[in-house]
Amino acid sequence: MAKVLVVTSGKGGVGKTTSTAALGAALAQSGENVVVVDFDVGLRNLDLIMGAERRVVYDLINVVQGDAKLNQALIRDKRVETLSLLPASQTRDKDALSEEGVERVIADLREKFDWVICDSPAGIEKGALLAMRHADVAVVVTNPEVSSVRDSDRIIGMLDSKTVKAEKGERIEKHLLLTRYDPARAARSEMLKTDDVLEILSIPLLGIIPESEEVLRASNIGAPVTLNSPASTAARAYFDAARRLKGEKVEIVVPLQRTGIIGKLFGRRVA
Amino acid sequence: MNLLDLFRKKPSAPVARERLQVLLAHERGAHGQSELLAKLQEEILQVIAKHIKVSKEQVHIKVDRADEIATLEIDVEMPDLSPLAPSRPPLASARS
Repeated sequence: MAKVLVVTSGKGGVGKTTSTAALGAALAQSGENVVVVDFDVGLRNLDLIMGAERRVVYDLINVVQGDAKLNQALIRDKRVETLSLLPASQTRDKDALSEEGVERVIADLREKFDWVICDSPAGIEKGALLAMRHADVAVVVTNPEVSSVRDSDRIIGMLDSKTVKAEKGERIEKHLLLTRYDPARAARSEMLKTDDVLEILSIPLLGIIPESEEVLRASNIGAPVTLNSPASTAARAYFDAARRLKGEKVEIVVPLQRTGIIGKLFGRRVA
Repeated sequence: MNLLDLFRKKPSAPVARERLQVLLAHERGAHGQSELLAKLQEEILQVIAKHIKVSKEQVHIKVDRADEIATLEIDVEMPDLSPLAPSRPPLASARS
């Protein structure tokens, strides 16, 4: 059965789009049929991160409004056969998304794919609400930083009250993805530790993505980090998170740079 | 303060943690409350609207929290009731 997953955060710039692309590509590489959907109407960027910006013809709004068929708007990834992208519109605004239209598109996507990963816009307005509306699972992307944690807390409250699952009295599955984590700074008490964030937000941990130069390199090139540099620390953490999403039990560690024997010796456990 | 303190920065993460805990304890209550109030207003309005014609703006709901007690204040602006008052037979005719 298809799973609809929303990648959300409240705050902007914490890594929603990066994480959507990286998790989507990781799941697709493991043989799952995946579509990543950009809900950031007016400020689309998932196409750029996926390296498909020149292939966009039709978008989510065209499909929602019935001006294009779903198959016309879906862009098949050139590197991973089982990965597709449904881009957002760059010229329209969020009001062009109707509740019924989104419901219909999500239902159609559920028929075609194993995973429907919705990249939410920042904020708590209509766009973010529509992105989370039909989700079965939420990935709350948080930086170990006060404003990000506060906004994540707010978004968790909305997931528990404004989603279809919540309104039916069911529980929406929520996971924390801690991004841009610097284990050395956390060890020196210069940065909130994983346990601090977990205690405050009290949702289960999906993964810890360490700060990595490879993330910017991948976005420069237009490839998810899990495709562009699969051996990097960030990519390895995303692969582990993707396996946990599939229900596998994978111990949570912060991958460290492999710098030979020293790096292996000091591969520390956390959480 | 000794000389070493000049070179050792005070750890800031525990401060962040405590500020967040205090702030979120407060904000979680506030957001929950505003949703409760919105719901109360809507349902109270529905009940009143069965009998009296009032608009949403005429029903005000407020919660005041003091140390010991919290009060729920419901303020309804009543329109002129005479046209909607149920007509009853005059007392005299009822007796006859």
